[in-house]
Amino acid sequence: MADAGFLELGGVCKGYGTGDARSEVLADIDLSVARGELVCIVGYSGAGKTTLVSMMAGLTAPDRGTITLAGKPVTGPGAERGVVFQNYSLLPWLTAFENVYLAVDQRFAEWPKEKKRAHATQHLALVNLAAARDKRPSELSGGMRQRVALARALAADPEVLLMDEPLSALDALTRATLQDEIARIWETSKKTIVLITNDVDEALLLADRIIPLSVGPAATFGPAIAVPIPRPRDRKSMNHDARFKAVRNEVIAYLLGPGRRRGEADRAAAPVALANASESGAEVAA
Amino acid sequence: MRSDDKYLEISHLTKVYPKPDGGEAVIVRDFDFAIAKGEFVCLIGHSGCGKSTVLSIAAGLLPPTEGGVLVDDKEIPGPGPDRGVVFQSPCLLPWMTAFDNVLLGVEVVKPLSTRAERAAIVTRYLERVGLAGAMHKQPSELSQGMRQRVGLARAFALDPKVLLLDEPFGMLDSLTRFELQEVLVDTWAADRKTALMVTHDVDEALFLADRIALMTNGPAARLGGVLDVPFPRPRTRAAVLEHPDYYVLREKLIAFLEEHAVSKAA
Repeated sequence: MADAGFLELGGVCKGYGTGDARSEVLADIDLSVARGELVCIVGYSGAGKTTLVSMMAGLTAPDRGTITLAGKPVTGPGAERGVVFQNYSLLPWLTAFENVYLAVDQRFAEWPKEKKRAHATQHLALVNLAAARDKRPSELSGGMRQRVALARALAADPEVLLMDEPLSALDALTRATLQDEIARIWETSKKTIVLITNDVDEALLLADRIIPLSVGPAATFGPAIAVPIPRPRDRKSMNHDARFKAVRNEVIAYLLGPGRRRGEADRAAAPVALANASESGAEVAA
Repeated sequence: MRSDDKYLEISHLTKVYPKPDGGEAVIVRDFDFAIAKGEFVCLIGHSGCGKSTVLSIAAGLLPPTEGGVLVDDKEIPGPGPDRGVVFQSPCLLPWMTAFDNVLLGVEVVKPLSTRAERAAIVTRYLERVGLAGAMHKQPSELSQGMRQRVGLARAFALDPKVLLLDEPFGMLDSLTRFELQEVLVDTWAADRKTALMVTHDVDEALFLADRIALMTNGPAARLGGVLDVPFPRPRTRAAVLEHPDYYVLREKLIAFLEEHAVSKAA
C-alpha cells in the first residue's frame, strides 16, 4: 500500500522572480514512484530538470504542492535521499576511498571504525573502483569520478537515489559502460531510483517507466510510458524487440511533438531570458 | 571526363605522424571512398578512430601523408570556399551578430554581388535554419543550439560544392540534437549539396544519410563497410522511425560499433 506511492509529488509548482519578472519553471508536477522502482524523467536542457531534483532532494522548496517520501513530507535535505549530480561534486583533496568514507562516517557515526572502512571499501568494489581507492579525483577520469559519486551515494544506504543527468558529461563509450553498471547495481540493490536524463536511449535501457518532461517555461510531465522490456537489456538485441520500437517511437514522438509545441506557444507569449538559456545550453526556438 | 558519382573522391588516403621514439603512428591507412553529386554520406566510428582526420584532410586543413582528395575532378590545393565546413563548435565571431557572421563568408565568395543580393542570401539561410527572429542577436545572446544553427546557415550560404560536417551536434544534448538534425535535413533538401558528415550517433546517421560509411578503430583505421539507407526523401522523423528497416539498420550499426569498441577503463 505505502509501497505504491513511496515517493510522491502532488501539484508541485516552482518559479523564480516576482511580478513581471516572474518566470514559471515547473507547473503541476504529479509523480508517484513505487518502492524499488526505477523511473527515468526525460526532458530538454533548461526545462527545469535540475530544479525538480533539487526539490526532491530538499535543497529547494516548491512554491506550491507537496513532496513526501514514505508518507513523510520532505522539508530539507536528508540522508534517506542520496543525490548524484552531473558534475560529481567530489572533495578534491580526498582520495576516492576518503570521499566515500566521509559519507559513511556521517551516516553511520555509531559504527566501529573497521565496519565503516569495510563498508566504504565494499561500495568502491561495487562500482569496480577497488584498484583506484587511493587516487584523488584529479587522477581519475570523468567516468571514474562519477563511479566514486555513485559509490558515495549508495554507501549512505539511502531509501531513494536521485540522479541528475549523471552520465551527460561522459563520452558515448564510457556512458554505455556506466549505464550497464547502474542497471546491474539497481538489479542487486533494488533501490528506488529517479534518474533524470536528456537521452531517450539511456531511459529505455534503464527505466521501468519513462516520464517525459515538456520544454519550459512552466514545464510539466507528459503521459508516463511503461517499458515492458525484459532485463537484462542489451542495447543491440533490443532493436528487434517490437516493444522497444513502440516505446522508443512513442517517447520521441511526444518529446518532438506535444512536449516541444507546448513550450513554443508559451515562449511566443513570454520570451525567456536568453542569457540564462545560453548558459544551460538550452534550445530556444526563435 | 568523370561522372558525377565521384564528385568528392578520397583516394588511398593515409595519414602518419612521426613518434618521438622514431616510430610512426598510423592514423588512417589507405582510405578509399567516393561520394556522388548530391549525395549525403555519414562517416561513423568511435571517438578517436580517425574520422575527423579524414574530414580535415578533405577540408584542406591537414596535408595527407599519401593519397589525396578530389572535388569535381580537381585535386584540392588547401582549404577553400568550395568546401563549406561545420565543426562541433560553431566558432562564431563574438562581436558580430548572427547576420554579420553569415554575411562575412558571403562577401568573400560573392564579391561582385550587390549589397541587397548578399543580404537576401544571408536572410534566406538564416530563415531556413529557423533564426528569422534572432538574426540581429550576438552569439552571447544565443543558446548553443541556436549558435550551431548560425554555423549551418553560414556554411550553406557559401553555396559550396561540398559540405563537410565534423560532429556538428556533438556538444548538444540528445533532444536538441534531434531538433538540429531536422533543421539540417530540411536545409540540405533545398539545395542537395554533396555532403560528408562525421558522427558517432547511429540515429543521426540513419536520419540524414543516403549511405553510411563505417570506420574501424585506429591505429591504421580503414573503411569497415558501407550501408545503404533506403528511407525515401523528404524525410520526417516519424516516417523514418516507422520504416520497417529502421531498427534492422540501427542494430547493424550498433553491432559494428560494439565490435570495434576498444576496451578502455571508464
